[in-house]
Amino acid sequence: MPTTMLQVATRKGAWMFRADENRTTWTVDGPHFLGHIISHMVLDPRDKTTLLAAAKTGHLGPTIFRSVDMGATWKEAAQPPAFVKAPEGETGRAVDHTFWLTPAHGNEPDVWYAGTSPQGLFRSDDGGVTWTGFPSVNDDKQFREWMGSEKDGTPDGPKLHSINVDPRSPDHLYFGMSGGGVHESLDRGKTWRTLINGMEVPEGFGFDVTKPDFHDPHCLRMCPSNPDRIYQQNHSGIYRIDRPSDTWLRIGRNMPPAVGDIGFTMTVHPRDENTAWVFPMDGTQVWPRTSPDGKPAVYVTRNGGETWQRQDAGMPTQQAWWTVKRQAMCCDTHEAVGLYFGTTSGELWMSPDEGENWQCMARHLPEIYAIEALNL
Amino acid sequence: MKVHVPSALRSYTESSQTEASGATLDEVLMDLDRQYPGIRFRIIDEQQKVRRHIRIFVNGVSAELLSQTMHANDDVVIVQALSGG
Repeated sequence: MPTTMLQVATRKGAWMFRADENRTTWTVDGPHFLGHIISHMVLDPRDKTTLLAAAKTGHLGPTIFRSVDMGATWKEAAQPPAFVKAPEGETGRAVDHTFWLTPAHGNEPDVWYAGTSPQGLFRSDDGGVTWTGFPSVNDDKQFREWMGSEKDGTPDGPKLHSINVDPRSPDHLYFGMSGGGVHESLDRGKTWRTLINGMEVPEGFGFDVTKPDFHDPHCLRMCPSNPDRIYQQNHSGIYRIDRPSDTWLRIGRNMPPAVGDIGFTMTVHPRDENTAWVFPMDGTQVWPRTSPDGKPAVYVTRNGGETWQRQDAGMPTQQAWWTVKRQAMCCDTHEAVGLYFGTTSGELWMSPDEGENWQCMARHLPEIYAIEALNL
Repeated sequence: MKVHVPSALRSYTESSQTEASGATLDEVLMDLDRQYPGIRFRIIDEQQKVRRHIRIFVNGVSAELLSQTMHANDDVVIVQALSGG
């Protein structure tokens, strides 16, 4: 039976948790990079050996650490993601941090994609040692307009995230921008088209729903069992799209009105395209970004978003004001799917039975930014 | 010339002090990067600006320009700015 390894990225370093076969005992390995801001750490599912971690500290510029021995040793990238130098007299952009890492298609074993803040898309062809930007995104006049300025993103900087690679073709890519909409390429990133039909924008500000500028997808998840189906947790609701349709359906309208359909994260079942989980947060008034009413819960749909059920057995029933960021919920691929999330208050939670029951695996970690699970 | 390295960058140099050469500060940092690949980008961004929370002193004086002329006996100190509380 495979074991599960969690890669946990936090505001103050990274940890790995390795389970026994029953996922009842976990061995902790960490901290790695204590004091570094780790936005994402990913173990390559293709070789189950290469680990990449997107890092920066408060003082230094960003880098990507790479390990090929399960984190026993790390080496910094020789050429981390960086924008092209602007012509003399013009103001150029500088990568503040790499936010998202995605291993590419299974037929491209050393290829990785990275999304940065401010928004940029990068590719590595050598397992993360050197990185090159996509001019079709980073230097494109239209994309730059959609990206906006520092004021048009999340509080710690606008982000390019949710890079999804179609397992049927390495040419077929998706990504999201907070803000800036959802975009798709059919030629491995040479050209792009927007995919925002059906997505809503915040009401009352006069935002033009046809412009990507005003769209803020928080998290996109392609279904492993059906790559034509993508779920999305957005600043303005929960959505699903079934390609080749180009229109998103707001399935979050079916959530309980008192809870709403605002949140950061979403994850999908490894074998069932109709099952997905969200972690709603309070998006009312000043956007507290806490669990609604201080009562955290995961919500699951088993029918593609037609109905949702609350799953909170084992979680605090009151006065728990944490939430879960967009990369901080995932699942494994066991027969009984294990679900995992990490909180803004540094707690790591897991469910061994697809969300029916929850237990806290670890407390007192730094704020958790991202979790990935891989069966070894 | 001597280059003093802050603790945050010693994962590259494995030492608080190293040697580098160049006719300008930019060349010195390039030489440093040749010896310790990746270190320059942690100090200087892709727009060739010293990062916000990094200061570089040459012979005790804050260096503002990468084009600053350097001499063999100069003393370079790379400092994490006292920021962040």
